[in-house]
Amino acid sequence: MQSFRRLASSSEAPPPADGHLPSVATSKLLRQNRDQALRTPGLRWTDEVEPGLAGNIVGGRETRKMNTYQSVRDALSTVLSKDDTAVVFGEDVAFGGVFRCTMGLSEEFGRDRIFNTPLTEQGIVGFGIGLASMGHTAIAEIQFADYVYPAFDQLVNEAAKYRYRAGGQFNIGGLTVRMPTMAVGHGGLYHSQSPEGYFMGASGLKIVIPRSPIQCKGLLLASIRDPNPVLFMEPKILYRSAVEQVPIDDYTIDLGKAETLIPGSDLTVLTWGTPVYHCETALHMLNTPPPGLADVIPQSLRGAKIELIDLRTILPWDMQTVVESVNRTGRLVIVHEASVTAGVGAEIAAEVQKRCFLKLQAPVKRVGGWDVPAALQYEKFNMPDTIRILDGILETLSY
Amino acid sequence: MASLARLRLPLARRIPFARAIQTSADVTQLADNITDHSKPFSVKIHEESYRAYNCDLPSLDVQVSKDELIHMYRDMQTMRRMEMAADALYKAKLIRGFCHLAIGQEAVSVGLEHGITPEDRVITAYRCHPFAVMRGGTIKGVIAELLGRQAGMSNGKGGSMHIFTPSFFGGNGIVGAQVPVGAGIAFAQKYLGKKTATFALYGDGASNQGQVFEAFNMAKLWDLPCVFVCENNKYGMGTSAERSSSNTEYFTRGDKIPGLQVNGMDIIASRNAVQYARKWVTEGNGPLLMEFVTYRYGGHSMSDPGTTYRTREEVQRMRSTQDPIRGLQRYIEEWGLATEQELKQIDKDAKAEVDKAVEEAKASPEPELKDLWTDIYYKGTEPPFMRGREREEVHYY
Repeated sequence: MQSFRRLASSSEAPPPADGHLPSVATSKLLRQNRDQALRTPGLRWTDEVEPGLAGNIVGGRETRKMNTYQSVRDALSTVLSKDDTAVVFGEDVAFGGVFRCTMGLSEEFGRDRIFNTPLTEQGIVGFGIGLASMGHTAIAEIQFADYVYPAFDQLVNEAAKYRYRAGGQFNIGGLTVRMPTMAVGHGGLYHSQSPEGYFMGASGLKIVIPRSPIQCKGLLLASIRDPNPVLFMEPKILYRSAVEQVPIDDYTIDLGKAETLIPGSDLTVLTWGTPVYHCETALHMLNTPPPGLADVIPQSLRGAKIELIDLRTILPWDMQTVVESVNRTGRLVIVHEASVTAGVGAEIAAEVQKRCFLKLQAPVKRVGGWDVPAALQYEKFNMPDTIRILDGILETLSY
Repeated sequence: MASLARLRLPLARRIPFARAIQTSADVTQLADNITDHSKPFSVKIHEESYRAYNCDLPSLDVQVSKDELIHMYRDMQTMRRMEMAADALYKAKLIRGFCHLAIGQEAVSVGLEHGITPEDRVITAYRCHPFAVMRGGTIKGVIAELLGRQAGMSNGKGGSMHIFTPSFFGGNGIVGAQVPVGAGIAFAQKYLGKKTATFALYGDGASNQGQVFEAFNMAKLWDLPCVFVCENNKYGMGTSAERSSSNTEYFTRGDKIPGLQVNGMDIIASRNAVQYARKWVTEGNGPLLMEFVTYRYGGHSMSDPGTTYRTREEVQRMRSTQDPIRGLQRYIEEWGLATEQELKQIDKDAKAEVDKAVEEAKASPEPELKDLWTDIYYKGTEPPFMRGREREEVHYY
């Protein structure tokens, strides 16, 4: 047992520089051909006459190879061409944005619909709230999720409560605030944070974090059209590294629903965003350990069937799916990049221990960032990497 | 160290303004012979009622009519009665929590309403009750909201700072936060190509919030039809303007945005300034800053007696010499538009109207428990349930 726990900091041979396979580039979770893409579970084609037939009507539909930033652009372009009240604004968005998510939109739809704002996050969100309260579709970009803190007041005090405090007379359902989130490997203190946990108590807001281009397009379109203000956090390292065939038609993916990516029966791993791929790798390593790790992974655990769930919507989170899974597996490991103390995992763990108390075989394990600032040179140590996730799984399996 | 004292620079002496703004409520002069009460007549606003920053002064010669003045008198009197009723209800412990009254500042809310159109938009923070009524709300709706009843304009969920109408974007609890929201509203008006204006109000206290300046910058950058209105009642809670602001000439704080300082106690000057500001922004000149110099008679909130940071004499002097309602009363009487008896009747009617609304509001039931859970998310998009205090209180949608 001790050896598992010490794995991350032990004298074991370090993993190869480019990580253990599969990485994001070769992930089986990414749908890299047309047929797979069109059969993505939960796609809801918006041009469909009868909902619910999504899986059947794939014949005439096309896909295009896109990475995540291209799928963001595709979603925005879809909204801008269908909804005259839609506007996109933020720092440098007219030039395409620092992550190229809005490339060419201002040329296509005009500078009066896609425009740069000053460096004024509180102002951007406040402005977006005003715009949305007039019935517009306001799509704001905060350049990095780390910069959302100046707008915290506007989001928590104004956006979240707008409908409630007006007794339902007003709403700002048209507001969506996009922001790149999570670590990029070298972002440092103010470019690698995951702030989703800070907003958990703000009833009235929704928080969405996609894991891939197909998910990103569908969830972003759903967020923009959701009649509530939504914080849409895009894992920035996946902008380029995650590539899929993305359906070019207009579709949405329902908010508030988690997705079971890999079914299993012995342990549930719950995560969202970038760590989805680290978890996939960890599962792979558990089943077929690389030579350096073979000694510390008991034979008896190698055949464990691990269920992997992508939470996707962080607020309100899909308690039903998670609780159902944990009641089956009896074990839960939650993985997120934000630090463990009072992170989203804390809320989920508390709820799961209440609802699955008699079914739990082991304490709920949280694998997250350390309770330290996201320091530049330590970023790799701070992130819940594959080894730490694997360690958490082993510890929980053998409790 | 004694030598240091000698080295210290002499304290910067306060240089008095070349010309301070006039804040009397009754210095507008009749410039016409009124022969027919149904026709508008000319009056001349006192030349010291305005100071301008990078823009022309509004015309001082304006037309008013008897009907308008009587209407404004009735509105101001009714608003004051409503606020007094709220004061009494608070002291009777029927209104709980926070309550900020605008007694003394009626020329701003009423002057604003009489200078704009129903299509214009207004947003403010505290002291929002009169604006809510002027913008299409009801006295009953405001009082019931303060009492936390179902008949309240936000169904009893908002309270003092959160009262809305279709053209009034509320009361807001965080002072300053409403100002960038106002810029967004103005942007929507411009985007839709409408010749309408947004009036984003804030106080001298909120004027030092960073986001106020963020909103100024965006509004000027994009030439939004937004009038930023500083209601300078000289005290941000218990701190006087001079103690909180390095520049107390709030109308000059917009950098490239022109500004206008207005005697906020004279209703005729106030309304004329609002009309000027509305014209300015709807004609594509970009935003405008407007500062109403006004005064609140009461404390900041109900828990503030209002006399620890200013003298009773100061409040008394303002009440007796510069009251906006008395000022208008003097115009009406001196210009022979109505008799003292007729105005007294209006006062009585206002009181009766408010008393009736208070009784109706009191009769309204408290919100039902089920409404605790509505309006958080759009109907049908809620999470499956939300938590109450205990297991029995978990609400399933």
